Amino acid sequence: MALDRKLAVVDLTTGNIEIKPISLDVRRKFLGGRGLAAYLLYKYVKPGCDPMGPDNAVIFSAGPLGGTLASAGSRTDVMCKNPLTGLLGSGNMGGFFAPELRWAGFDHILVKGKAPSPVYIWVHDGEVEIRDGKNVWGKTVTEAQWAIREELGDSDIKSAVCGPGAEKGVRYGNVMTGIKNANGRGGGGTVMGSKNLKMVATRGTMDIKIAHPKEALEFDKKYIEMITGAKVNQTMGTLGTPFIWGAANAWGGVRANNFQLNQLLYSDDIEPESLDEISNQTVGKYHMAACFGCQVHCRAKYRVPDRPLAKKLGMVGKYDEGPEYTSQNAFCGEPGCTKAETLLICNHLVNQYGLDNLETGSLISWAMELYEKGILTSKDTDGIDLRFGNDEALIEMIHHIGKRDTWLGDLLAEGGIAAAEKIGKDSLKYLVHVKGMSHLGSDERATPGLALNCAMASRGSDHLRSRPAIDLYHLPEQVLRRIYGSPVPYDGPLSPDQREYAGKAWMVYWQETVFMGVDCLGTCKYHTTFLGATLPNFEDWSKVLYYNTGLEMTPKEMWDVADRCNMIERLFNLREGMKKDDPLKGEMLIARYFDEPCRLGAPDVVGAKLDREKFKNMRAEFYLHKGCDADGIPIRQTLERLGLDTLDAEPSLL
Amino acid sequence: MESRVLVIDHDKCTGCRRCELVCSVFHEGVSNPSKARIKVEKWEWEGLYIPMTCRQCVDAPCMNVCPVKAISRDDTEAKVSVDYDKCIVCRSCVAVCPFGAMNFNPAAKKVFKCDLCDGEPQCVRFCDMKAVDYIDSRKESTVRKRDAALKMAEAKKLGSAMDYEG
Repeated sequence: MALDRKLAVVDLTTGNIEIKPISLDVRRKFLGGRGLAAYLLYKYVKPGCDPMGPDNAVIFSAGPLGGTLASAGSRTDVMCKNPLTGLLGSGNMGGFFAPELRWAGFDHILVKGKAPSPVYIWVHDGEVEIRDGKNVWGKTVTEAQWAIREELGDSDIKSAVCGPGAEKGVRYGNVMTGIKNANGRGGGGTVMGSKNLKMVATRGTMDIKIAHPKEALEFDKKYIEMITGAKVNQTMGTLGTPFIWGAANAWGGVRANNFQLNQLLYSDDIEPESLDEISNQTVGKYHMAACFGCQVHCRAKYRVPDRPLAKKLGMVGKYDEGPEYTSQNAFCGEPGCTKAETLLICNHLVNQYGLDNLETGSLISWAMELYEKGILTSKDTDGIDLRFGNDEALIEMIHHIGKRDTWLGDLLAEGGIAAAEKIGKDSLKYLVHVKGMSHLGSDERATPGLALNCAMASRGSDHLRSRPAIDLYHLPEQVLRRIYGSPVPYDGPLSPDQREYAGKAWMVYWQETVFMGVDCLGTCKYHTTFLGATLPNFEDWSKVLYYNTGLEMTPKEMWDVADRCNMIERLFNLREGMKKDDPLKGEMLIARYFDEPCRLGAPDVVGAKLDREKFKNMRAEFYLHKGCDADGIPIRQTLERLGLDTLDAEPSLL
Repeated sequence: MESRVLVIDHDKCTGCRRCELVCSVFHEGVSNPSKARIKVEKWEWEGLYIPMTCRQCVDAPCMNVCPVKAISRDDTEAKVSVDYDKCIVCRSCVAVCPFGAMNFNPAAKKVFKCDLCDGEPQCVRFCDMKAVDYIDSRKESTVRKRDAALKMAEAKKLGSAMDYEG
């Protein structure tokens, strides 16, 4: 059945491999995917461990709907203690790795210890092996994947790999699969590198038994139509996520010149339609690619176009996919660059080095602001003219971070907080971050609800943990009540005005629970309430889970699972030193959000900044919804309700 | 007169492999691409995805090679089928199929191929791009002709533009 996939615990120090079944009781508590990974991380990682040391673990997880008929059962979660933040490290990627892992008999591969020399893990039809990785170590993200297929003689092998950047210890190394599917933000690739683990390669031919195949096929047809029928997903299926950036930039909701502006001017060349035209010309009319089982197909294929800068750098014709919304932020808005070829080259480079695009672009943009303010000089940059809008400087800096071959590149590879300590002066003031992780490329000064999400995200500043994106749609209150009042009742305030503070804490809490739910199941966030208000969540998940896996859970029971797993992530962060007002490890935005007003954009944006007191009240309200005290620490009754009161004392369930 | 045929336009394929998934669930009740009758062959490094399945050949090599005449073609349905009562599982058909469309399931000790799902191919039903389609056999070349004509027209336009600039 679809729930019989196992956990493998691989100790790279001893070479010991334990294979453990996952009971139905455990499924009912944590489902799988990111939720069960959070539990495993909490139980297997020693409190206070060095994230780059052998006591850290890196956990690769598929969800119980991975590889099933459920729309986009493609997602791989990777969890570890993050070498960038010292707190929770967690990422999620699409592609084809998770279903292959399930066909090979596993849902979770937990790797601990450290190998004495480079290795890879080979997972195939119920078996797990540690093998010599010298042939793949040092290779780029894609080279390594094709090389392992050659080595093992099977072109259908799927791998989750770290890139050369992570091998060199850059603290924001992704786990990658395929051309560009990136498990970013969590530092999972870096932890792999620190363990001498180049990849987990997998291939499986084992059945995933569908509990009710005929009903599942019929329900799935309707379920897909619900997803692809949404206008937002149809746009995504033609323009990809760049359409989000186009809309956000037009409105004044992106970071530009690090954080000095909230709109990138002269952006014609990197607008979604322009990028689409490049794909049209370099690939063809049909140029969208999909992850496993997904009919949204939001990933564009492209080749770097024949333009002067690309020619000068020898990059013309390089194949890649994307770029996503985040790359437009990281390589256009934040560094103030407006050439499509720059965006496409940078996107290709971070994919090949296996670096987090947001962190890389944001740190370079931060350095650009420091350079502008004279805090960094050309002596510090090895002569690079690190001005905003200097495309070549941006590209050069990516190489220097990936290779760590200059003073500044090596420093930025350590992350913003560590770099600010070395640079000194008031450099930290200009670093746009939460919990030591660079802020994503959007600007939330005009949207308190979205701003709260960034401060609360369990993995650092981030939009994919709890962003209530439909807050921007001005939906009538009765529609909001229907969405936010299910599957648990809510009768507090709800406002269709995105400038309001009232009720937003509930929207963020609700969204956090939805996103944990979808990550537990192993399907995609674009297939649930995120960018579209009509997409399925708990109620339909309950059905899709039953038809595919046979597991009967009510929408409320699934909500409780998600609530529980989010609380484990919070407990992990609290254990590792998160304090709500700590400027480095807290649940707070930097001062610029409250002190500097937006200078550009639409009338409801220009002049906007956040109100410190109202923001703190909103945060207090969020803690209340979660069952926490005023410091964000869960009260005893909450832990008892969630069955987590004995989490520390009990032996691991797995 | 022949009825409908399964046609593949690989340009349209997004590589999602839902065809493989629904095929194995429909036929076997399991998700398992190694038991699917269709497979998307990929060259990821250039974004090339090509779904491959049985072409239901008129002069089918599998049918011709079969030593026990277990394979036959129904001309009305344009479908090549295996009679499992006659099949001795010598796998000659697997060896000779020019498209790799005849498969072998070692656990069940059976060969298997596309059976067009009794007239409603699930791969077609679930392919939103219609990269896999089930159409009147006479129409396959009609579509191709129009696409090719358009390409020629575009090439001509490009050519004359170059003449003008030159």
